[in-house]
Amino acid sequence: MNKLDEPTVAEQNVNFRQIGKPRTRTDAPGKVFGKTPYAGDYVMPDMLHARVLRAKVPSARMTRLDVSKARALPGVASVLTFRDLKIGTVATDIPGQTGFKRRATDQQILVDELVRYQGEPIAIVAAETVEIAQHALSLIEVDLEPVPGVYNVFDAQKPDSPKVFGTDNLVASYKVRKGDVEVGFAAADVIVENTFTTQYIEHAFLEPEVGLGWEDEQGVINIRSSTQAVETFRYIADAMGLPHSKVRIRGALVGGGFGGKCDVTVELYIALLTKATGRPVRLGFTREDSFYGHGKRHPFIITHKTGFTRDGKITASKIDITSESGPYAFMSPYVLMYATEAGPGPYLVDHVHIDSRSIATNNMYTSAFRGFGATQACIAYEQQMDEAAKVLGIDRIELRRRNLLKTGDAIATGFKVQSAVWTEECMDRAMAALGEKPKDKGPIKYGHGLAAYQQGYGRMIWLHDTAEGWVGVEMDGTVLVRSGMTDIGAGQTSSLAQIAGELLGIDMMDITVYNSDSSTTPLAGTSSASRGLYMSGNAVRLAAEAVRDRLAARAAQHFGSTADDVDFANAQVFLKSDPRKTMPFKELVATCASEGIHRAELAIFRAPFGDWIDPETGQGQVHPDYTYGAHAVQVAVDTETGEVTILKSIGAHDIGQAVNMAAVEGQIEGGVAQGHGYALSEELIYKDGCLVTPSLSEYLCPTSMDSPRIESIVLESRSGLGPFGAKGIGEPGHTPAAPAVANAVADAIGTRVFDFPLTPEKIARAVRTARKAG
Amino acid sequence: MTNRKTLKMTVNDTVRNVEVATNETLLETLRRVGAVEVKCGCEKGDCGACAVLLDGMAVDSCLTLTHTVGTRAITTIKGLGTAEAPHPLQTAFAELGAAQCGYCTPGMIIATQSMLTHDTATPDENDIRHGLSGNLCRCTGYTKIYDAVLEGAKAMRETEAAK
Ligand code: FES
Ligand code: FES
Repeated sequence: MNKLDEPTVAEQNVNFRQIGKPRTRTDAPGKVFGKTPYAGDYVMPDMLHARVLRAKVPSARMTRLDVSKARALPGVASVLTFRDLKIGTVATDIPGQTGFKRRATDQQILVDELVRYQGEPIAIVAAETVEIAQHALSLIEVDLEPVPGVYNVFDAQKPDSPKVFGTDNLVASYKVRKGDVEVGFAAADVIVENTFTTQYIEHAFLEPEVGLGWEDEQGVINIRSSTQAVETFRYIADAMGLPHSKVRIRGALVGGGFGGKCDVTVELYIALLTKATGRPVRLGFTREDSFYGHGKRHPFIITHKTGFTRDGKITASKIDITSESGPYAFMSPYVLMYATEAGPGPYLVDHVHIDSRSIATNNMYTSAFRGFGATQACIAYEQQMDEAAKVLGIDRIELRRRNLLKTGDAIATGFKVQSAVWTEECMDRAMAALGEKPKDKGPIKYGHGLAAYQQGYGRMIWLHDTAEGWVGVEMDGTVLVRSGMTDIGAGQTSSLAQIAGELLGIDMMDITVYNSDSSTTPLAGTSSASRGLYMSGNAVRLAAEAVRDRLAARAAQHFGSTADDVDFANAQVFLKSDPRKTMPFKELVATCASEGIHRAELAIFRAPFGDWIDPETGQGQVHPDYTYGAHAVQVAVDTETGEVTILKSIGAHDIGQAVNMAAVEGQIEGGVAQGHGYALSEELIYKDGCLVTPSLSEYLCPTSMDSPRIESIVLESRSGLGPFGAKGIGEPGHTPAAPAVANAVADAIGTRVFDFPLTPEKIARAVRTARKAG
Repeated sequence: MTNRKTLKMTVNDTVRNVEVATNETLLETLRRVGAVEVKCGCEKGDCGACAVLLDGMAVDSCLTLTHTVGTRAITTIKGLGTAEAPHPLQTAFAELGAAQCGYCTPGMIIATQSMLTHDTATPDENDIRHGLSGNLCRCTGYTKIYDAVLEGAKAMRETEAAK
């Protein structure tokens, strides 16, 4: 049988009624009719408006701060500086983790002496109108005396460099030692060494950070904000010296996140001003605030030295990784961990040696971004594979094929992957969909590129990740779901409705989901780390199953059958063995209610728990499981202008099991477009710490003009740890897209640009240089 | 202080008197009077999230001063259709997964409506790419938006033909 004809759905006798189909999402109608309230759409009586004063320079000592004129301005309710803060610092670690004492990541809330990045907040103002608040900012007198800063990771590592973080600017470092890399290199016929760099990029969610806070009758500070993480309520409470039970974060449907709304953004300023004024406070970032006000994606420098036998088997992989953290830790240590673990890619390598470090500078701080370091790792290892194929004279796909990991193989950290590894099927399908490469036309050269990947989903296992979920049935037979999971646009709430609906036989559109409230919905953790469906979906599945079991037992009594024989569909309960025996779901529920049978369940789902990997060898388990797949791209490059047109872009991923096929494709397509921008046009440019591109006309996200139709090929091995065998797809769709573009461009022009993004200028220069070299 | 004016504004067929500052943008006015379905992404004309129709023609409301609107009728996404009487584009965007976070959606549908009435009722993918190039979407990669526009345009032509 031809490889491509092989089944791409695991052969299991599964018959879903709602799961796996491309369904209209439950959140779609509200969005297309303009009825969905976002966090910024709420107002309250007597509400104040807040603004943030930011430092204009990246490295300075504050010698004077006088807010008296601002305070005296009519209409100003409050001006807060570091002098008004009880505590002064806030944690920036991953929120919501349970199994791990948090890292010492505390950061100043408002500048008290040193400014460490451009845009660092100095004062916050609440006033009757935005205009008055803005005017008040201009009345604040600040003297900032420049102090020498450090603006690249090379200088930052020199002994005499200015110190931004600790005594050595080292934010985190890791090692991986598997086998003996010297033995591996000794066995190599060919050694290939290259360095790849990536740039700062911006999430550019369409909805800038926004929130509204108020104090309620119990003295609880409520904040409704646009967030990926309601669990940050703990850090906000800690920073204000309040008990955790006195801060509540309620989300709303979020206008995009991509990792950029995992950290505390507007919430703490709102809480402080609400407490100070006793009045509701709204703070909406402008787009410019958003550029200056949240952490960016880490630039990386990654060097690969890889040994190969003549026939293309990898014998050793030595990888050196440096990321730039900016002046504060935020999630940099974890992002570095992901990049380190993912270092060698989806390949079986016996001898691995990785050194990695994250370095502080006075450029903007960096934190979570879709892919979380594994993306930068992929950009390096997949370009390295193409470069090696060129040196070895082996077909690029074939070279990968000879080295791919299989189920049961040990990755770099020694962990043996348990789920299906269908990288090869994904590569073949994506390449087949790409078809023939067109013939070059004068200066227009065509190229094909592919990238395969491995991306962990779920939290690192030493964070002891859990999620809770609640499912209940009302007296009239309608179903409610409660989950703290935030919905950042991927369809998180809709998927929970679909899961509960599948199990209870109720159409997803008829299910109401309450989500994203740190006080009244069971906490499910953040929507990040491709864990949303995996964690909250499993919790809701467990809860729905428990309710279903109790209802089924009562139905069995009614039918005189066994509970196993009872099934639920179309709001009916019936016997599998005799579908004529049926009763309305509603009736069964009424019976259960009158007999006091519990119609609700709060369930907890626990991901695998473990310890940190060994700090000396990097051996151990990092993630619960991994998603695998590949992305293929066809480009046309104008070798005179350096302009790249993406003609085809095809992602093939084994996602275990789709819950909503349309939502899965949407995750892939959106992630891919971000990958296109990452490879070709997006770059936050900092000149000595100052941002040169603080608007959407200078920072270039792909528009429709840049975006071809993206094709998704979805394979279902049903081998994942998520509900019904699902794997995570929020990040994986994004990860291989950018390196696939880079490989396609290199294929077209016959030479490579090693530093991202591949702008027309760099491409044209590379073409000229290659021509000169002949 | 800035000058203020009282204007008669028609928003989604409802006429109201609104007092505005002469330097106030239509985006600010609309959101202030409760039309929060008009979204704000940049306030600089870079994203298209704030698009509304003025007498059927899409404009970025963040770049339009309210007092210059005159007698032109303002239509937001809510004026295009409702759950009870959906506009074919709304149906297509919902059913085909073209709204993810949904923040770009009101502006995207408004821009599409303007393109279909002023440029072409029978767009191909390339027309759509041009027509929507002022509307950023960070979630969908535009693929399902292309699908929804093609589908919605077809449904609109069919409704038109049936008349
Ligand atoms: S808010 Fe008007 S174009 Fe962005
Ligand atoms: S759906 Fe989120 S920006 Fe378009």
